[in-house]
Amino acid sequence: MTALLTIIIVLFVAVALWQMVKIFDLAQVGTTNTQVADDHDNKINGYLMIGFLIFIYVITILSFWYLGDLPLMSNAASEHGPGLDNLMIISMVVIFIVQTITQFLLHYFAFKYRGEKGKKAFFYAENHILEIIWTVIPVIVLAGLIIYGLFTWNDIMVIDEDEDPMVIELYAQQFNWKARYSGGDNVLGKANVRLIDLDRANILGIDEEDPNAKDDVIVTELHLPVGVPVLFKMRSQDVLHSAYMPHFRAQMNCVPGMVTQFGFTPTITTADMRENPDMVEKVKNINELRKERKAEIEDMGQDLIYEFDYLLICNKICGKSHYNMQMKIIVETQEEYDAWMKEQKTFPNSLN
Amino acid sequence: MSATIDTHGHDDDHDVHHHKETFVTKYIFSQDHKMIAKQYLITGTIMGVIGVLMSIMFRMQIAWPEQPNVLFEALLGDWAPNGVMDADIYLALVTIHGTIMVFFVLTAGLSGTFSNLLIPLQIGARDMASGFLNMVSYWLFFLSCIIMISSLFVEAGPAAAGWTIYPPLSALPMAQGGSGMGMTLWLVSMAIFIASSLLGSLNYIVTIINLRTKGMSMTRLPLTIWTFFVTAILGVVSFPVLLSAALLLIMDRSFGTSFFLSDIFIQGEVLHYQGGSPVLFEHLFWFLGHPEVYIVILPAMGLVSEIMASSSRKPIFGYRAMIASILAIGFLSTIVWGHHMFISGMNPFLGSVFTFTTLLIAIPSAVKAFNWITTIWKGNLQLNPAMLFSIGFVSTFITGGLTGIILGDSALDINVHDTYFVIAHFHLVMGISALYGMFAGIYHWYPKMFGRMLNKNLGYLHFWITAVCAYGVFFPMHFIGMAGLPRRYYTNSNFPLFDDVANANVVITIFAIIGGLAQIIYLYNFFSSIFFGKKAEQNPWRSTTLEWTAPVEHIHGNWPGAIPHVYRWSYDYSKPGHDDDFVPQNVPMKEGEEELLH
Repeated sequence: MTALLTIIIVLFVAVALWQMVKIFDLAQVGTTNTQVADDHDNKINGYLMIGFLIFIYVITILSFWYLGDLPLMSNAASEHGPGLDNLMIISMVVIFIVQTITQFLLHYFAFKYRGEKGKKAFFYAENHILEIIWTVIPVIVLAGLIIYGLFTWNDIMVIDEDEDPMVIELYAQQFNWKARYSGGDNVLGKANVRLIDLDRANILGIDEEDPNAKDDVIVTELHLPVGVPVLFKMRSQDVLHSAYMPHFRAQMNCVPGMVTQFGFTPTITTADMRENPDMVEKVKNINELRKERKAEIEDMGQDLIYEFDYLLICNKICGKSHYNMQMKIIVETQEEYDAWMKEQKTFPNSLN
Repeated sequence: MSATIDTHGHDDDHDVHHHKETFVTKYIFSQDHKMIAKQYLITGTIMGVIGVLMSIMFRMQIAWPEQPNVLFEALLGDWAPNGVMDADIYLALVTIHGTIMVFFVLTAGLSGTFSNLLIPLQIGARDMASGFLNMVSYWLFFLSCIIMISSLFVEAGPAAAGWTIYPPLSALPMAQGGSGMGMTLWLVSMAIFIASSLLGSLNYIVTIINLRTKGMSMTRLPLTIWTFFVTAILGVVSFPVLLSAALLLIMDRSFGTSFFLSDIFIQGEVLHYQGGSPVLFEHLFWFLGHPEVYIVILPAMGLVSEIMASSSRKPIFGYRAMIASILAIGFLSTIVWGHHMFISGMNPFLGSVFTFTTLLIAIPSAVKAFNWITTIWKGNLQLNPAMLFSIGFVSTFITGGLTGIILGDSALDINVHDTYFVIAHFHLVMGISALYGMFAGIYHWYPKMFGRMLNKNLGYLHFWITAVCAYGVFFPMHFIGMAGLPRRYYTNSNFPLFDDVANANVVITIFAIIGGLAQIIYLYNFFSSIFFGKKAEQNPWRSTTLEWTAPVEHIHGNWPGAIPHVYRWSYDYSKPGHDDDFVPQNVPMKEGEEELLH
């Protein structure tokens, strides 16, 4: 019943709007005898163009004011992060310069050259020099960005085996993450979804016969020692997922049927990041907002006070609970890490 | 020219046919390109209303997550128990919104309408090369619309794997409710849509190559025709690849093949699939998917170029550079698809190659933007609604296009891939821009389509509200994306990290609702003007192109007498030595007059 009423109300609102537009339409009968812009229209819309230019600038400034702290674009917590942020900042500066100038020219010209009766436009069809200029300038700027970008990309994606990174498997399934440490041998035991045996709690399908699997450790919270290069090997058991670790500027899809990889070196511990002035500011701001929504948040069963943690989140649509597929990442000192690792069960011990 | 003679030969037949037209052959199974254009436009408009309504619903869910909403209760029924939107249905709405807007509104609605309307009229042809294929093309499109809409009534919900329908999510009914019957209907609908699009594109190409009137060389064509031409070629090159992807996916889903699936364990059981790869699907999908965004934006560029020249009373600046950039964009668009897949697991070296080709596209795009700006410089701008939408197009194209420099850069894409930054980028550069191009085209060619004028003041109101709302919706999204918020999240409340963008999401939704409601102004204007609009003159905008030499009354065959011959390019506006500020293409050169380009 409410459904029907709502539909009727929505229809009424639409009809009311329609009628208002119609009144507006009919009210003009006699005032205008043409549907083609006249000098008056050109003048009003010319001024509105300037107004719109100001609107674009204002919304840019407001966005920076309210949303411009971008803690995910500064304070990168991985070794390659600052280089990537640098490239981002350079690209953003280029974009904002071009955006500001071209929008100004476009809207200013629309205002300045608004039509008037009797005026004649300037017949100007081609100028090769101008065209060469605005072909060559983008070529130079883009060449710079492409070269810088490719160097950065190669730095990130080419994994230096000599560094002997710590190998960790990230395992995705609808809708949670697991991590598997390769243990003392730094080699992951073989695995395939066909070996999954839920009765024995072999949830990752690890080959029990493989000696390399003996020291593997499966966890649901990712701990990383600071300053140690990590090489993640990603697997998924069902659909596509994407392992997105925004603070580390890291992301790679998890693809059923193949193993993908991404490596980085964490550089800031969780404890240090929590004390970073930008992060303190952000967390304070978030907590103030959360206090305003106290009842709602307690309803959801969350802690009211938010404390910063690194996160691994799913960033590829994977089904109903895609929006809640996350794993906490803790970066800590080597000693803390070793102590934590000691408490974890190895794979053979975790089986039923 | 043999083509001219050929079309002349048809003249007598036309009169005979004219008398025999019944209601059905005139309005329903029409083979007349002008009527088919109107059919495309109205079907596209209806699909557009559905698509926009969906976006408003899921925007409400994002702004006020998991709050009971009477609108959801009314429209979604069982999918919104107690008025709270179901998470699967949120994804379904996002998916169908994307599908409808990209394919049904901006491909068929935009390209179908204006290619059909303008190609014969602007090149001086009696009709399309094959009126029958043209009719079949529209009715296949109509059928695919019906199937897509009917998928909304499937009990488990329509397709919900995102408009990119990546398998295995889209392939396995147990992975998601929408991957059952809903996805089957999606695939069938798209397969029919592709058939329709191919028939249409082939027709456009053949018509443009063969049926140009005497004197209409390729370098005298209006830029609209150039963009329709390149768009049709892109469609023919890339749509069949999507068809193959859809067919292989149907095989995987229904016949147990393993093209895209391998090693899957879901809901307690191992599936038999072995040896396929979802990455293959991504390649096939984006081999269409990327040219597709140019299939959407190129016709809009053509319409805007034409309107800008006509409304500035100036020739388009750099006609040849414009053609060169259309061709360059068309070519490059087929070799950049991998930039959607930088982090899909493909070889990083491929990522480098695609970064290079992708950023190259910025060059012809920049040339176009600068040429448009120079076109209005020192013009005598007639700020009609069509011109406002054209200026709006350039504005959003620049704003949205610039962020492509970030997304096309593989290194930077790592961190903003699939965040709201992407949403902001592609909505501005292809969604809003193409819609503006479509609106501009409708406001400009409405007199040609319906013989009546749209109300200009309603047009102004429509433009300014839409323009403010478009920026209000999509500009802040860049910043939300930069904060790392992933797209396609039913609610962000499980991530306190993103709590500080919650207010921005409310503001965005309010802008979206206002912008959506503002379209009622347009709908009213559009539908009431068909019957009550002021009668149009033959050439209300004082344009040079051939369609304005045809009578206001639609007749089969377009021109009552002989087809006009063409003596000059289509941009002789304010040419020195002429009294009028425009010289139609069918006016012969004066003695000693120099043709600027040919």
